Amino acid sequence: MRQFLDGLLKQWGVTNDLVTVLIYGAGMLLFATIVLLLWVAPLAGFTSYFERRIAARMQSRVGPNRVGPQGILQWIADGLKCLLKEDLIPREADAKLFKVAPYLVFFGMLGTFVVLPFSEWLVIADLDIGVFFLMAVTAFVAVGIIIAGWSSNNKWALLGGMRSAAQIVSYEIPSGLALLAVVMTAGTLSTQGIIRDQGWAPWQWNVFRTPFLFTAFFVYFISALAEINRAPFDLPEAESELVAGYNTEYSGMRFALFFLAEWADCYVISAVATMAFLGGWQIPPIVPEAARPLVQVLAFVAKSFFLIFVVIWIRWTLPRIRVDQMMELCWKYLVPIGFVNLLGTAAWVAFVPPNQALANATSIALCVLAAAVVLYFMARVRYNLRATSAEVSLNPFV
Amino acid sequence: MATLQTQEMELNMGPHHPSTHGVIRFILKTDGEIIAECKPDVGYLHRSIEKIGELCTYNGFMPYTDRIDYVAAMSANFVWALAVEKLGGYEVTRRAELLRVITNELGRISSHLVAVGTMAMDIGAVTPFPYALRERERVNDLLEEICGARLTFNYHRIGGVGWDMTPGWDKKVLAFCDSFEKILEEFDRLITGNHIFIERLAKVCVVSAEDAVDWCFTGPNLRASGVDWDLRRDEPYSIYKDVKFAVPLGTGVVGVVGDSYNRFVVRVQEMGEAAKIARQCVQMLPETDGQNPVPKPKTLKPAKGECYVRTEAPRGEMGIYVVSDGSDKAWRVKARTGSFCAMGAVEALSPGLMLADLVALIASFDVVAPEIDR
Repeated sequence: MRQFLDGLLKQWGVTNDLVTVLIYGAGMLLFATIVLLLWVAPLAGFTSYFERRIAARMQSRVGPNRVGPQGILQWIADGLKCLLKEDLIPREADAKLFKVAPYLVFFGMLGTFVVLPFSEWLVIADLDIGVFFLMAVTAFVAVGIIIAGWSSNNKWALLGGMRSAAQIVSYEIPSGLALLAVVMTAGTLSTQGIIRDQGWAPWQWNVFRTPFLFTAFFVYFISALAEINRAPFDLPEAESELVAGYNTEYSGMRFALFFLAEWADCYVISAVATMAFLGGWQIPPIVPEAARPLVQVLAFVAKSFFLIFVVIWIRWTLPRIRVDQMMELCWKYLVPIGFVNLLGTAAWVAFVPPNQALANATSIALCVLAAAVVLYFMARVRYNLRATSAEVSLNPFV
Repeated sequence: MATLQTQEMELNMGPHHPSTHGVIRFILKTDGEIIAECKPDVGYLHRSIEKIGELCTYNGFMPYTDRIDYVAAMSANFVWALAVEKLGGYEVTRRAELLRVITNELGRISSHLVAVGTMAMDIGAVTPFPYALRERERVNDLLEEICGARLTFNYHRIGGVGWDMTPGWDKKVLAFCDSFEKILEEFDRLITGNHIFIERLAKVCVVSAEDAVDWCFTGPNLRASGVDWDLRRDEPYSIYKDVKFAVPLGTGVVGVVGDSYNRFVVRVQEMGEAAKIARQCVQMLPETDGQNPVPKPKTLKPAKGECYVRTEAPRGEMGIYVVSDGSDKAWRVKARTGSFCAMGAVEALSPGLMLADLVALIASFDVVAPEIDR
């Protein structure tokens, strides 16, 4: 992006430094708006539609199907509705903090899009500290949620905010440890570097590379679910206990910002997991040169959306775990496993030469194991579907 | 080091709350997440049903009994009909008794579906609730065909039932019972065996057998604490002595006897037993063909006296105490409901619980506001 602007300005013959800086600033603002309006907001909106539809089908319901074909424009209707609602700030609430909180949460999510690569060349900024930047920026969400809980002047919101603070801060650690294992294997913090270190075939992905990285994938996924307050870790917004937790008092567009941030965060953690563990945009070399960029983007988005599907699936299947059980899970289980993974990966990187017999055999063995588990799972799903397929229609009026 | 000044937080789990079952208010004093005191404040749904009983004729009061517990309306109908019949010595044909019991058991299935569905939803698993409601819709279809209503049935009458069954209804009930047993297995696979669910409920709010009896628990709450008492088997009324069914007891599976998980599992198992009872009664129906289950409409004037009749409703023991002064309206009607007594135990059981556990406790007692407040 910067090179593009550079070339453009030199073409126009601009030499004055101040004007350069101003135009750079304006250009970046423009790009940011484009990214925001044309990519993040529709992505979050579409994820919301995706979730409602999948949740409904899992619950024997239909889901949104009126607005647009198959309800595909439902998210636009929801967004417009939120924009038109009254902007309500509770009387005794701290108005400045109340207004700032959704922006902080939104920024915590938006900042991560800078380093997410969609294809070999399509990345906003390939920072050398990519993964570190990701973890730092997502920590803003915790700050935003605490401020939201406190400024609402509502004890239930405060409880939600406190729970969320404890949860996010605790689960930063196992997720960081898992990503560190990946970084150690790839030798670089840059996101593009991590993807280039993997291959296109499933057994060349990071997740199947060593048993430690295999475990790291699950540790990262669980910790990331806790980071974005999704079930089974959605205590901060536990509907049945805290009404809506930290966003009880929010309405209209401020509420929409929280939820946009949540759905876009689903995409972010799926994208990070795809990048770190599932090979990112890598595609088979038989794809012709001309189509490579597009197919790479499609591969990345497809893998991310598969993981988003898993996130949604988990949310609508599992109950919620309690605050103390969640803390126990983090500190007594995930953190030790994360450390073991880290040490194991260090040992592996130091002693096992890459791309030779032992490494390749391990990858293929893990891949076959995972395929076997998936096949067994599909067999059980088929069994369950057949066991309850009796369709009985008892309504005398239909 | 100076001691840290902490304050107990006073929270209002107000009448509007997604997880209190109905309009019930709790005034909580908490130390962060741990509850120090929880006072229930009931009465938000008080509708003076008992006073209305003094202003209505005996037959005219039947729709009001639906509203005593609108989730399990058939049981309330049943106990009012039994109470006035005992008071006045009115006879009921066997066909009417069979139809009453079939609809009562279908109502029990419907009520327990709501109970376990909302319990799962309060713990966070939203999916079992629509599954339970889907089955409840089938029960509602059956009951709609026989009496025209889907929630407040007004089906039983003093001396019988309101309408005879439509032809083919009994086959539909059998078809439902067969498919329902498979659905129960699916429900078990979805939520009853779920590890997170068990972690949330096992060993939470244990009520020992002695405590359960002391607090006047009845119904599934009592049986989950290990006390083997079911009015349908121990003080049989109507035709319950002619049907065979098991009474599920809390066995402390994966937890302790009397914990919230037991209260959940007992309700799930009771649904299976209710389907069995309904099936047996439907198979007994053909031998009563030709009997008229609908009583002749007339103004009832039972002799002066009083009587108390109790039955096994899905939420515990529902009893009606009715006093007659010889006229066509009752002199006093009192309804004893299971939820009211369960509510009394919440204050004593709550200190030391976390907020999430309080929600699990209220859900596992299966209290509904209309029963508490009447």
